[in-house]
Amino acid sequence: MTVLTQIRRNDQPIYLDYQATTPLDPRVLEAMMPYFTYKFGNPHSRSHSYGWEAEEAVEKARAQIAKLIGGDEKEVIFTSGATESNNLAIKGVAEFYKDRRSHIVTTVTEHKCVLDTCRHLEQQGFSVTYLPVQKSGLVDLEQLRAAVTDKTVVVSIMAVNNEIGVIQPLAEIGKICREKGAFFHTDAAQAVGKIPLDVEAMNIDLMSISGHKIYGPKGIGALYVRRRPRVRLVALINGGGQERGFRSGTLPTPLCVGIGEAAEIAMKEMDSEAKRLKKLQDRMLTGLQSKLPEIYVNGDLEHRIPGNLNISFAYVEGESLMMGIKGLSVSSGSACTSASLEPSYVLRALGVDEELAHTSLRIGLGRFTTETEVDTAVDELVRHVNKLREMSPLWEMAQEGIDLKSIEWAAH
Amino acid sequence: MAYSDKLIDHYENPRNIGSLDKNDDDVGTGLVGAPACGDVMKLQIKVGPDGLIEDAKFKTFGCGSAIASSSLVTEWVKGKTIDEAGTIKNTDIAKHLALPPVKIHCSVLAEDAIKAAIADYRAKAVQKTEPQAGKPADQTAEAAE
Repeated sequence: MTVLTQIRRNDQPIYLDYQATTPLDPRVLEAMMPYFTYKFGNPHSRSHSYGWEAEEAVEKARAQIAKLIGGDEKEVIFTSGATESNNLAIKGVAEFYKDRRSHIVTTVTEHKCVLDTCRHLEQQGFSVTYLPVQKSGLVDLEQLRAAVTDKTVVVSIMAVNNEIGVIQPLAEIGKICREKGAFFHTDAAQAVGKIPLDVEAMNIDLMSISGHKIYGPKGIGALYVRRRPRVRLVALINGGGQERGFRSGTLPTPLCVGIGEAAEIAMKEMDSEAKRLKKLQDRMLTGLQSKLPEIYVNGDLEHRIPGNLNISFAYVEGESLMMGIKGLSVSSGSACTSASLEPSYVLRALGVDEELAHTSLRIGLGRFTTETEVDTAVDELVRHVNKLREMSPLWEMAQEGIDLKSIEWAAH
Repeated sequence: MAYSDKLIDHYENPRNIGSLDKNDDDVGTGLVGAPACGDVMKLQIKVGPDGLIEDAKFKTFGCGSAIASSSLVTEWVKGKTIDEAGTIKNTDIAKHLALPPVKIHCSVLAEDAIKAAIADYRAKAVQKTEPQAGKPADQTAEAAE
């Protein structure tokens, strides 16, 4: 059976939000389909072939994921997604080792699910150090070294940031953690399949993985849990003791197959895809820079996945820009897209001025992005930034040479 | 977020974008909001010899609702006396554009912009009769709340 799917209908906007989610690769869907239909067995059923066939598929997927990150298949457990993996990793080790170590180190630019987990643990009596990041978005290794003590149970630092795409120095972080005897957990949802990862070389003890960020299905993730030296966890979900007791519940076979297949494709195509995306990233950035003054890239451009650009279009508020570029689906660091009315905490952590944070867009490029789409996006962005600048009092004042910082604005 | 057709129309076809001469005695300028908060509105009114607002212009840095709110009020104030214009309420703006609850502050800002423009016009009028040192309008952002 062939399942052919079209990634984008012609009447849909151009998808440039690959850090939010990715479309399912048609090859992944094809691999999944039998497990939705006639291969429907419970992978934990030991008494008949339906169960064996499902189990075999699940174990293959586990191996596919392990191979992508340089781990052993026995070290991979399935979860519902990276949020659960992050919760399980951090709460799990914190709880297990709390009598000996009760300190956690993380950074201020982590994903909300890591930060919120840490806040939760603070309420439970753990102490947490939230490291600042540099203007580049990268953690300062000396600050990290100073923060990790003999009371630190885990250091949780994301591999790639979801808003600005910067890649943290994982090997160096892993080395520091190993020296200090703290576990190293990394939320690698945005990194897996995009950059080479090796849990051995990088001394990673726990790694969170997401299915839908790597052209796999939503609702599935994985957690790498090192066996040597062994990392112990207290489970969040109790039950039949599946997944080495770390995560009970019947495995969703089609989803496991999907994330496994997605991992295998990513492994095969990572190099060529990264090169292609780098070209598209350059094309997008030079296209915009050649036509628009006063745009700024947020976060380090060198240590960055090629599928991400985060740009502030000075004097143009992000949400109004998104309303204009109807043919493009992007996301914004502006407060006005959320109920919180606060601009992106990640951009603020880099030291980006609030006014510039309000003007930022996150542009995500991925497997199905084409050159034509990039060119269309550049044209549409340029047109609307110019239009909105023409109606921006800030742009007018800046053109008149008025220093906006000299004005006493009334906060409201 | 789903916006009303009226709001989208004002965003896509904003009325009365532009600037009037802020040094003109007949022009009142209101500049409200703050870049750090993500919205700044500049609203200008030109009052004719008959005491009616004969022209209004705006420029807005802000979300679609902020742009639409300011565009709408430039339409509403034209032909009104400054006293009448001063009675425009944010609730009327919010209702007309069907602003979602998180965007109500945009209508508040638009009301403040009118009030600030009127206040500037009145201050100039007073200054004309009894000259004294005053700040140029574009250097002072009026308090929004």
